[in-house]
Amino acid sequence: MKKSNKKHFIRKNCPLLLMVLPGAAWLLIFKYLPMFGVVIAFKDFRYYPGGFISSMIHSEWVGFKNFEFLFSSNDAYIIIRNTVGYNLVFIITGTILSVAFAIMLNEMTRKKLSKIFQTSMFFPYFLSWVIVSYFVYAYLSSDKGIINQMLLSLGMDKTSWYTQPKFWPMILVLVNNWKHLGYSTVYYLAAICSVDKTYYESAMLDGATKWQQIKYITLPHLKPMIITLTILSIGRIFSADFGLFYNVPKQSGPLFPVTNVIDTYVYRALMYSGDIGMSTATGLFQAVIGFLLIMLTNYIVKKIDKDSAIF
Amino acid sequence: MIKKTKRSFHSINKGPDIIITIFFAIFALSCILPFLTVIMSSLTDETTLIKNGYSLFPKHMSLKAYTYIFDQGQQIIKSFGVSVFITIIGTAISVMMTAFYAYALSRPKFRYKKFFNYMAFFTMLFGGGLVPTYLVVTHVVGLKDSIWALILPMALNVFFIIVMRTFFKSSVPDSIIEAAQIDGAGEFMTFFKIVLPISLPSVATISLFTTLGYWNDWFNALLYIDSAHITPLQYLLMQIDRNMQFLIQNASDMGMGAGEASNQLPAETVKMAIVVISTIPIACAYPFFQKYFIQGLTVGAVKE
Repeated sequence: MKKSNKKHFIRKNCPLLLMVLPGAAWLLIFKYLPMFGVVIAFKDFRYYPGGFISSMIHSEWVGFKNFEFLFSSNDAYIIIRNTVGYNLVFIITGTILSVAFAIMLNEMTRKKLSKIFQTSMFFPYFLSWVIVSYFVYAYLSSDKGIINQMLLSLGMDKTSWYTQPKFWPMILVLVNNWKHLGYSTVYYLAAICSVDKTYYESAMLDGATKWQQIKYITLPHLKPMIITLTILSIGRIFSADFGLFYNVPKQSGPLFPVTNVIDTYVYRALMYSGDIGMSTATGLFQAVIGFLLIMLTNYIVKKIDKDSAIF
Repeated sequence: MIKKTKRSFHSINKGPDIIITIFFAIFALSCILPFLTVIMSSLTDETTLIKNGYSLFPKHMSLKAYTYIFDQGQQIIKSFGVSVFITIIGTAISVMMTAFYAYALSRPKFRYKKFFNYMAFFTMLFGGGLVPTYLVVTHVVGLKDSIWALILPMALNVFFIIVMRTFFKSSVPDSIIEAAQIDGAGEFMTFFKIVLPISLPSVATISLFTTLGYWNDWFNALLYIDSAHITPLQYLLMQIDRNMQFLIQNASDMGMGAGEASNQLPAETVKMAIVVISTIPIACAYPFFQKYFIQGLTVGAVKE
């Protein structure tokens, strides 16, 4: 009896374990092994014969030296300020604009036209940052760019866009919203379309104005989605979109004060200065803060509104 | 009789409607205008482009950039091939792995469901970061300058596992699976013959997102790829930009004098032509798949 139970158990679970196996192996190698790799942040990493694991073991412990090195440099302040600052602006402008766009699109009476608009707004979302960087270049290039041509034809002086930091906070916010707005607008629009139409009808009968309908019906329905998306973005507030900050400014040195973020800093530290210990420390710092932030926001949301929390 | 446009009783007034329509017309246009500019620039005569700059309405048009790519742009054609290869193989591997994993998690009878669920979910909250990942991929897995470095590091996306698991759970009734298994079908049989066909919309959505991810990827190439023969299109564009001489160098490697090559090479228009070539497949395909993408978005919004 017991034996057949066991047999049954194995027959039941074995195929499922086999199915999980490739994914689990992948997670172990590409996600969990690097997690153990973070001990490098506390070591003076050097290559030793016998491969990566043995190098990791043989490298000398240095405690928090790598972190001290990072925070004693002026870079730490700049990259953290840029990363958090841009992300905050992206979250605020992105959420407000996409909710507003979704509500407006929903009100449009020409539905066919609205579909066409949605399709073309969605287009930038499907492009890589490399492609977008060329699009931006076609407008901002100092000798061939369309904007400088326009400035010249208006009798104004050309601007060297890729060397002047003061324009870039604006440009990056614009470009980022341009790429993502179509996507997030359609996302919110889908939620608005799922609202029961009878709410609006009864509100109309009670004499509610359009603004009142938006304020008391549409927005409350979008609230859980806005909260969920905001929690997720706050959890990632210490991680910048590498492609945006690396490709769009064309790696222009003079722009680094306003375009260098944690992710580009780590990449450059790894590739150009080969400082493995310090770049790992920076990455770990980023991951730990991200983890704490997502736990904290989720905890707060859970306290306020249990259904909106993500886990 | 005056024909009135039909307006439902809760639609907005005509004035704001027109303003909103015009506003979105402008915004929608701004979303495709840069691409049109790039297309027109790639069709501009090289000297005109250098003299007058990028333009939507170039003075002299020319197909030279494209004829150059087909005649002498071996590297570009090769890179196109690499992009196609990693996209097809990568999507196949990725979707298979995701669907298997998600299916196992969706089976209530699976003993270790919880464990594997947490194993996947935790990686969404915490990660080792770029440097340890780089070291593992290059030194442990040994993928430096291998085409698999473009495929394997992004072969699994935990978010897609969660979306697919939710979809399996909500759209495939447990009773069907039970019935099939009472009739003697194993888990693999049930998966391929019943679950996969029913869940085709969700699998299609995730395949599309994955395809797009592989086609657009340049980050893994930036980290791991050095050799020209395994450089995907997106990364080629970055290299050309970083080193304008890249194409000329390549031409001279193939036996042409450098001077000769640089005379012939319409560098600026060719760059724009490569941008067009790598964007056209997406631009042509996505309007047809858009509804799947939107469906995918709404599925993703459903949580357990």
